[in-house]
Amino acid sequence: MPVTESPRAARRLAGWFEERLGADRIREFIAHKTVPVHSGTIWYYFGGITLFLFGIQVLTGILLLLYYRPTATEAYESVQFIVTRVEFGWLIRSIHSWSANLMIFTAFVHMFSVVFLRGWRRPRELTWLSGIVLLGLSLGFGFSGYLLPWNTISYFATKVGADLAAAAPVVGPALARFLRGGDDVTGATLTRFFGFHVAVLPALTTAFLALHLALVQRFGISTPPWIEERNRRRGAPIPQMPFAPNFFLRELMAWYAALAALGVLAALFPWPLGEKADPFAPAPAGIRPEWYFLAPFYTLKLLPSHIWVLEGEQAGLIGFGLLAIWWSALPFWAVDGAGRERTRLLNGVGVLLIAWLSSFSLLGYFK
Amino acid sequence: MPEPSRRSFASWLLSGGIAASLASFLYPVLRFLRPPSLPEAPVNEVVAASAQQMPLNSGKLVRFGSKPVLLIRVNETDWRAYGAVCTHLNCTVQYQSASQQIWCACHNGFYDLNGRVVSGPPPRPLEEFTVRLRGQEVVISRRA
Repeated sequence: MPVTESPRAARRLAGWFEERLGADRIREFIAHKTVPVHSGTIWYYFGGITLFLFGIQVLTGILLLLYYRPTATEAYESVQFIVTRVEFGWLIRSIHSWSANLMIFTAFVHMFSVVFLRGWRRPRELTWLSGIVLLGLSLGFGFSGYLLPWNTISYFATKVGADLAAAAPVVGPALARFLRGGDDVTGATLTRFFGFHVAVLPALTTAFLALHLALVQRFGISTPPWIEERNRRRGAPIPQMPFAPNFFLRELMAWYAALAALGVLAALFPWPLGEKADPFAPAPAGIRPEWYFLAPFYTLKLLPSHIWVLEGEQAGLIGFGLLAIWWSALPFWAVDGAGRERTRLLNGVGVLLIAWLSSFSLLGYFK
Repeated sequence: MPEPSRRSFASWLLSGGIAASLASFLYPVLRFLRPPSLPEAPVNEVVAASAQQMPLNSGKLVRFGSKPVLLIRVNETDWRAYGAVCTHLNCTVQYQSASQQIWCACHNGFYDLNGRVVSGPPPRPLEEFTVRLRGQEVVISRRA
């Protein structure tokens, strides 16, 4: 075949796909998509980094599935097998664990940057709410995945978490029983959590991620109101950067940076496996949950045994629940009836929440 | 009030049928999600230790059916046993011989040798069991 035939055949093939997929419309859409450029643009990258880390989770999770066995008698041994016998097994598991933690961290950074850059304003309320659901699902991934190695720390963390669910008013006991697959944390819980971790949560996450990204596409990336105002006064439009290739290549560099951080952490600090869970051993000294549950964990430690007519953990759970609902409803209370922003309240609550999360997490870690 | 037309009746019938069929699909799913209660052979007493092998001022976790029980030998003649499940959030407690207290590592709850809460978040005392000696065997049983 002459050399010139090959590009022609490729063009024909591309044309064949084009005709059937309508890719020109997608190209057209991407070509016209822009991202606002201002002093806060750097914060826009965190949503993309979170998405990238989720992709890493999916890939490494699929790899781990090839060897992992979700039963109380085999789970610990199968993870031990992965990290000691399977080539690069330690690395894959370590990357899975580290990227889970980094993903939750970047999701929190993304959430707070949206709060302070006012990305939740009308008409982006549903984008905010779908993001909150995704954060909740990420925490669900963390909680369910934590038990899977079936080690001592994860066993007791799950006991505490499930018992905390039991303290919820009305539905608590049924919810805890549903989560545990019985009255206590056993092999049945492990099997359930495995199901949640690899089937239920990924399905829900895919649906909400699709909604979240579709909404981001629909409304575009928001510009903070003070930048809009400044440019309006100057009579100048807000500078824009093309999404492709300018923003995307920058985002790609951010992904590389995240990958580099992940590689360093996973290689230098391999995720420990710990001791196999023994339901008839005492909870070990220094036990604590993953860092993203440390703030509520430490708060529960400080609460007295009874608050008014409630037991301490019940009061704590109700408090955390109300706080989560209130925070989720942020787009609806952060503006008044006339649509004016309650700036002081919003900034105050945001700063207080960050202060509580960081200080109580540190106290929970070190005390 | 307008008379219901044939169309609205058909619409009602269709939506009602869909709702009923959805309910009939969901009901077994919901029931499936609820874990069945597994009957356990009732355990009334267990031989927890040999008196000779348990040092003074020490504790030992023993299996009582599906639950852990903490057996404590306070001195030569004083034996006690408590359900080892913390009343706060279900962690398994341990005996601290230095302070002669029962400790839950999860949220730093302390109980005294009578199973009563000394400090920390636990809301209730530990469940108490009866201990008796049968020769050299230490036998734990449920309180009547």
